[in-house]
Amino acid sequence: MSTTAVPEVAVTAVDEGFWTRARKTGAVLLALGVLATVLFGALATGQQARFTLSETEGGAALEINGTVGAILFGIIAAAAGAALLAGVPKRWFTLVLGVGLVAFVLSFLCWQVSAAPEGRNFMPLVNVIRGTFILALPLIFGALAGVLCERSGVVNVAIEGQLLMGAFSGALFGSISGSVWVGLVAAAIGGALISLLLAVFAIRYLVDQVVMGIVLNLLAVGVTGFLYERLMQTDATKYNSAPRFSNWEIPLLKDIPLLGPALFRGNIFLYVGLLLVLVIHIALFRTRWGLRTRSVGEHPTAADTLGVKVLRLRYRNVLMAGLVAGVGGASYTLALYSFTKNMIGGKGFIALAALIFGRWSPTGALLAALFFGFADQLATYLGAIGSSIPSQFLAMLPYLATILAVAGLVGKVRAPAADGKPYIKG
Amino acid sequence: MEPGEIHALLGENGAGKSTLMNVLYGLYQPDEGEILVDGKPLKLKGPSDAIAAGIGMVHQHFMLVPVFTVAENVMLGAEQVKGGFTGFLDRRRARREVAEVSERYNLRVDPDAVIEDLPVGIQQRVEIVKALTRDVDLLILDEPTAVLTPQETEELLTVMRSLKEAGKSIVFITHKLGEVKAIADRITVIRRGKTVGTAEPSASRDELAALMVGRSVRLTVDKKPAQPGKPILEVAGLVVDDDRQVRAVDGIDLTVHAGEVLGIAGVQGNGQTELIEAIMGLRPVLAGSVTLDGQAVHGWSTKKVLRAGVGYVPEDRSVDGLVKEFSVAENLVLDIYDQPPFGKGLSLKPDAIAKSAKERVEQFDIRTSSADAAVGTLSGGNQQKVIVARELSRPLKLFIAAQPTRGVDVGSIEFIHSRVIRERDIGTAVMVVSSELDEVIGLADRIAVMYRGRIIGVVGPDTPREEIGLLMAGITPDTATTTADGPGNEDEA
Repeated sequence: MSTTAVPEVAVTAVDEGFWTRARKTGAVLLALGVLATVLFGALATGQQARFTLSETEGGAALEINGTVGAILFGIIAAAAGAALLAGVPKRWFTLVLGVGLVAFVLSFLCWQVSAAPEGRNFMPLVNVIRGTFILALPLIFGALAGVLCERSGVVNVAIEGQLLMGAFSGALFGSISGSVWVGLVAAAIGGALISLLLAVFAIRYLVDQVVMGIVLNLLAVGVTGFLYERLMQTDATKYNSAPRFSNWEIPLLKDIPLLGPALFRGNIFLYVGLLLVLVIHIALFRTRWGLRTRSVGEHPTAADTLGVKVLRLRYRNVLMAGLVAGVGGASYTLALYSFTKNMIGGKGFIALAALIFGRWSPTGALLAALFFGFADQLATYLGAIGSSIPSQFLAMLPYLATILAVAGLVGKVRAPAADGKPYIKG
Repeated sequence: MEPGEIHALLGENGAGKSTLMNVLYGLYQPDEGEILVDGKPLKLKGPSDAIAAGIGMVHQHFMLVPVFTVAENVMLGAEQVKGGFTGFLDRRRARREVAEVSERYNLRVDPDAVIEDLPVGIQQRVEIVKALTRDVDLLILDEPTAVLTPQETEELLTVMRSLKEAGKSIVFITHKLGEVKAIADRITVIRRGKTVGTAEPSASRDELAALMVGRSVRLTVDKKPAQPGKPILEVAGLVVDDDRQVRAVDGIDLTVHAGEVLGIAGVQGNGQTELIEAIMGLRPVLAGSVTLDGQAVHGWSTKKVLRAGVGYVPEDRSVDGLVKEFSVAENLVLDIYDQPPFGKGLSLKPDAIAKSAKERVEQFDIRTSSADAAVGTLSGGNQQKVIVARELSRPLKLFIAAQPTRGVDVGSIEFIHSRVIRERDIGTAVMVVSSELDEVIGLADRIAVMYRGRIIGVVGPDTPREEIGLLMAGITPDTATTTADGPGNEDEA
């Protein structure tokens, strides 16, 4: 018999026409750059815009004349946009886009800082970086909880509830026992409780996972709100005065200029969060558990035919997600504030956005969370220097960034194929 | 089963072949009875028990994770890890294993290729590699040739022969007689969940077919020569993308005349779906034109296209053809519910709908408990008849049927085929798209073969199957490198 040589024709590249995604992005960036050059340049004053490398006004600083800076960075942003519009090699796309966006933000800052009243016309970078990470922290934990869940095929809309339950349990049991560690363990278990409900209803009873997630969020708000009023408000010293983790300075690393004081003199949650990103990323892509998790999230039937226990793995991952989110909730009550009603205030949903923005990868989620954290921090900072932009608009910034990020900037992202689909054998 | 034997399991769709094999593979639990391996009864709690017992299976729908590489798919469930405790994957070893096995059995599989980029023929070989790396002695192939071109089928048969020489046993599930006769050592025929006989490969096609369906079947469609009239559908330079914005239809010209059946043959996924959807206004036309009876219809809404006299049987009836929860009667008027006599203004006329449903159910031999039963409770064949009845109840200029008999029992196939031909004979232009070559050959007056978004050739229905098969693989007579002893010889019987 003869075997026929079937020519292996390469799949032809898609001809998208002139307006590729890169070009559209470039056009928008170019417009932003021109806007920055003209508007920010005109509004900026001739004062120096100072970016200090410390927490105060003094010390080493990067300085630039406000008008010059606003125009210069505006032009850089416009140039990056023009480059994308003209067409750059694909692998440079992210880099050029990044440069353009950063330049746009810098142009904006040059205007704002230079226009600030005397005595406040500087930006302490240490504070900004630290604030970014602190504000991003619940998002990081929340998004990691999302990664663990959704990579195995269970949609986790209940991140908000898991964070809240973690914050509450941490505060309550931390206060009663007087130990941060008891509080931490209780927080993790609190988050896992919400997860357990999600797992049982989503996996065992095949309830719609999104609906279930929303219901669990409401449940968490209700339960913690009720107990807060009945217990914590009546006797705050006994039930709502959890001890707090003190800051741990990491030897050597704490002396790195700028980054040292900003990142390595923080509390345990920051270190745990960053470490978890790394650990989960490696585990997801390099270990047996990761391979099985991803296979179950993509094609559970295939995994089942190879002897992978689909449901057991999903239960385990959803519970782990709860533990992680619970610890994330404790990063509020065991380090920063005492518990208040509904204190997570939507961060769980921003974490969900960070998860999508970060394309379901732990490191991507970290970057997305930092982006949102920065937007948040910027709003705080601009409020503090008495910016001419109304504070309501500043408060909108992170949410605006979320919408832009999830809708436009991400392009087409592909969720795990079996995400949200219950697995029914046979 | 003997070692080194190829045992064919032959039966119609729904005869219970796949169910039997899923039990063997541990996916389903038997209600009663037992499985013997080497004389000992075997209790399979799940696929891992089956694998441990040396049973491997290649499923009809591939069990591969599309975004994983070949090596990742092969190692899944039986991962080699470095330093046990940490569970880090030993990718190098997995790659080497894939390379070794694919070399030993001449399977030619690249361990680093990503599954979704591979053609189905190669994906199938990945499935075989997956089973072989697990040291199986018995390999179950469930309808392995359903998605292959005749050439890929031929390659698969070669692979099966070399596995047999290596002492592996194979259960080959199929309903295609030619392949069975070409390769099987023994044949078991199954009908309605029971073994109805065993046969030697020397048995004739007719004998096997009769065993399979329990009565003699007409393998061909009776029809008179076509009387083509004026052109009804004209497609020129049509360009369409699929859902992923990848070009699916790449400059197609075709014409369907009144009173003829144009068959579209091709391996699934070569743009047939997108072509039909573009004609129906379900998918944007990027370039080119679609003309219906002299009127340009591209850019029209689907409703307008339907109203212009086009009947459409979509390829996936449960997704696009029917509303499963609706009753038979409601489904029968989905296209014209808002027109008299069925509806006026904002209200429906239930009496008129019920009356017409009763007639259709009779005319089209739809077997249902009542016209009010939910359509989802009907068998596949009867669901398909509901769609055909609905579409043929309007005066048509053009009738498009995509995969009209997929998953439909033999009796319904005959009925649907006869209705298609009757529609042709009253002067409607008919277009039939099917991945079953026999169906296309049986129905069509002209056959257009699609390959990678283009019409690679238009041939008559008496063209030899081998030639159409080559076209389906993208080989036109002038580019063909094969000689006269080429593939397709399994179908000579």
